[in-house]
Amino acid sequence: MELFGLSLACYLLGALCALVFGGREAANRLAPAAAVAGSLAGLAGVLGAPVSAVSTLSLPWGLPLGAFSLGLDPTTRLFLLPVYILGAAAAVSGSLHLAGHEAAHAGGDRRGPHWFCFNILLFGLSLVMAARDGVLFLIAWEIMSLAPFFLISLHDDEADVREAAWLYLVAAHIGAVCLIAFFTLAMGQAGGSSFEAIAAAASAGRLTAPTLLFLLALVGFAAKVGLIPFHVWLPDVYAAAPSHVTAVMAGGMINVGIYGLWRTLELLGPPALWQGWLLAALGLASALYGILRALAQGNLKRLLAYSSVENMGLVCLGLGLGLIGRASGNDAMAVLGFSGAVFHMLCHAGFKGLLFLCVGEVLAAVGSMRIAHLGGLAKRLPVVGGAFFLAAAGIAGLPPLPGFLGELVLALAILTGVDLPGLLPRVGMAAALTALAAVGGFALAAFAKAGGLAFLGQPRTPAAAKAASPAGPALVPILFLAGCLLLAATLAPGLLGLAGQAALAFPGMDPAPARTALAGACAIARTVSLYSAGIVVLSLVLLWLRRLLIAAHGRRRGPTWGCGYTAGTARVQYGAASFVEPTSQILGQPMGLTRRLDMDPGLFPKRAQLFVTSPDVIRSRFFTPLFEAIARGCDALKVVQHGRVHLYILYVLATVVLLLAWKL
Amino acid sequence: MDALAHLLAALLLAPLLPGIINRVKARLSGRVGRPLFQTYFDLARLVQKGVVESETSSWMLPLGPVVSLATAAIALTLLPGPAGPSPAAFTGDFILAAYCLGLGRLALILAALDSGSSFEGMGASREAAFSALAEPVLFLCLLALAADAPDISLSGMLGRGLTGSLAPERLFVPVILFILLLTENCRIPVDDPNTHLELTMIHEVMVLDHSGPDMAAIVYGSSLKLWFFAAATVLSVLPVRAMPPVAGWAVFLAGLAVVAIAVGLVESSMARLRLIRVPRLLGAAGTLAALSLVLTVWR
Repeated sequence: MELFGLSLACYLLGALCALVFGGREAANRLAPAAAVAGSLAGLAGVLGAPVSAVSTLSLPWGLPLGAFSLGLDPTTRLFLLPVYILGAAAAVSGSLHLAGHEAAHAGGDRRGPHWFCFNILLFGLSLVMAARDGVLFLIAWEIMSLAPFFLISLHDDEADVREAAWLYLVAAHIGAVCLIAFFTLAMGQAGGSSFEAIAAAASAGRLTAPTLLFLLALVGFAAKVGLIPFHVWLPDVYAAAPSHVTAVMAGGMINVGIYGLWRTLELLGPPALWQGWLLAALGLASALYGILRALAQGNLKRLLAYSSVENMGLVCLGLGLGLIGRASGNDAMAVLGFSGAVFHMLCHAGFKGLLFLCVGEVLAAVGSMRIAHLGGLAKRLPVVGGAFFLAAAGIAGLPPLPGFLGELVLALAILTGVDLPGLLPRVGMAAALTALAAVGGFALAAFAKAGGLAFLGQPRTPAAAKAASPAGPALVPILFLAGCLLLAATLAPGLLGLAGQAALAFPGMDPAPARTALAGACAIARTVSLYSAGIVVLSLVLLWLRRLLIAAHGRRRGPTWGCGYTAGTARVQYGAASFVEPTSQILGQPMGLTRRLDMDPGLFPKRAQLFVTSPDVIRSRFFTPLFEAIARGCDALKVVQHGRVHLYILYVLATVVLLLAWKL
Repeated sequence: MDALAHLLAALLLAPLLPGIINRVKARLSGRVGRPLFQTYFDLARLVQKGVVESETSSWMLPLGPVVSLATAAIALTLLPGPAGPSPAAFTGDFILAAYCLGLGRLALILAALDSGSSFEGMGASREAAFSALAEPVLFLCLLALAADAPDISLSGMLGRGLTGSLAPERLFVPVILFILLLTENCRIPVDDPNTHLELTMIHEVMVLDHSGPDMAAIVYGSSLKLWFFAAATVLSVLPVRAMPPVAGWAVFLAGLAVVAIAVGLVESSMARLRLIRVPRLLGAAGTLAALSLVLTVWR
């Protein structure tokens, strides 16, 4: 707890530094350094104590409402882990990228406020996950939700960036409204603001509308996580925000929604079966939709954003499976679902953070994130390319990386659930496993596309051909994260055991069957580790054999086989749209791909053009009409807003009279 | 012990399967055909050649063949032998096997894109699309086997044959596995391994820029993958585990030869499907798998 407090203090100190040194280079050094120090202190706190230890801290605070009570337990510790690791890596990366170049900004040097908000974001994230009081949680939530708005709009001279920042703010507050309603109702009915009081009221059956509370929390947290249909803010925001900010948002911030959902489920007492099925279905739908949309994207950051939707969907599936297990008394399934969710969350955070840092380096080297402008970067940026492929294989859930274990544990939860009584649950579980397999297959396709087209082949533009590898220090955060992930790969069974601690702490869990199931999963994880090592060793042996053979028989370089056509250029290579053409023949509708071919019908056709775009159907068919309708409604209300003060006073009078009449 | 024997048999005999297929195709079209052991000769010749690498390619190129061979070999160790289970068997090991093969596929796709060739890009994009569709079908089909298996692992589900009352829904499983064999190993009607037109190929066009030992690794790796699916098909039909070991082995190997002959017959009697039709074939297999699963659960 002391180290956790120290980390909070470091973040606040960093924020203060950034304000004091506002427009100077010093702010760009000291504030990130404080963020790194805070993260390392927090990390030491998390790793230093046994993960299952529970500690609490209460401090006096001046507000009439709530209490400043913090706590650390397995769930909090595990969800804090990616915040600290990515916070440190992103602070270093951001500091290097912003060094020197921001001073030329039209509106003056923005780095002071930027680093202020960065530290505040990390502070808010830590506070949300440690809060044990409804009011404190809401305040921390608001701090954590507001800071990214300013972080996204660092380069606000671009219209896209301004629009994305507003989009984020709207999405964040749609969620926040539901959460405020949730906590106000829950705290009102429980008669206290602490989580303990709410949990006690729930177990005593004093919460009158548990269904409404569950749905409010679900909408509130889903908006943060980016489950469909609330995912619409992710692609635009990730594409507009600076890469180091995106790394923290994708790896640390959206998890907070899962964390909140987890906490809520703990607070609301024994879950109902339908809640589990709802979460599982929502998760699977998000996963399938997200990965199909990711496959359709031609912009690396948007692709990664949709892949976040997919992975958060899988985490949500894990939560749903856990709830189904809890509600039907199958604690083996519950513990597998919950620990699979936490493990997958951790893997996603690491891999996605690394991917965004790599894309940041690509953006700095080439000046574009569009696949159509990239190509052949693995030769020019070998370290970045290697890290990108590592993370891509990991996030596609392939062995020997730990991402596979996360998907395997989710599948084990499903396989345990096949024993559920009744035909419908069994069919549901079979459908879930099938969908999981489809998500895995499409994730492989999406990341083969992202890595293969951006980093391999010939450069598609002169800028990509001239790209230079980033200087040594810029590679440090990437190598640090890649090292963390390789370490996680070797320690995967142990990490699964830690994730299981959070699952075991879920209220109402019968420890005996849950522990047996967890031990079984850990044994499987050890076999998988053995197999992973086997893949690596066998591949290395074969590479060595290949080298021996080549040493004996020689190696030549020649042009790529062009099937008899020798005048090929980089532009005839497969591109982002052509790579997914076979898939879009089958699944074009859910992928949202639209094609427009401009062709001259004459006998001597001129230049033809093909436009392939992928607008998000949920945004264009659902949210845009919804918000336009709201805007029209607000316009209609302008009748009552006319500027005549005496009529305004009449409104006040009428309201008071109505209220009096209603209450008396 | 038996699993080790199976692994050895697979490593030694896998190149025989393409030989049998080619022989059947040649005989049916009235030719004598290549020797049965032609794949071994090809491998021996390729290993002794030098490598020609594309000027465009990077460090990814050698990884494709190497990783695809390594993962195919590793996936084989999860398959039960004809007389006993795999020593590594665990609940859900079929997922590890499928994802191992997936890693090999990703490596090959990336190696193909590494050459910067539009033809290889074409093959890579088709491979990515069709294999993404094949994976859920495989899982569904195995789930149908899992319903009355002692445990949900490859060793528990395969090798028991069509047990109990000869349930009609169980007959679908080998059919589905056979369709998956044709898809995953790029045989007619999904892909034509012998075509000479790059535009129509999937697997063969992806490996255009590999030569020498790299090509040998790819040819050998794809034989191992063919063995994996052929063995799974055989083990899903024949109760080899219930027979005495020697008879089990004999029946198993004969079954593999029959599968290879069946592939040859299909290749001789059918044309390649239009690429747009391939998903329908997989969809049909998926529907069969779902039907089989629902019927199994129903009982």
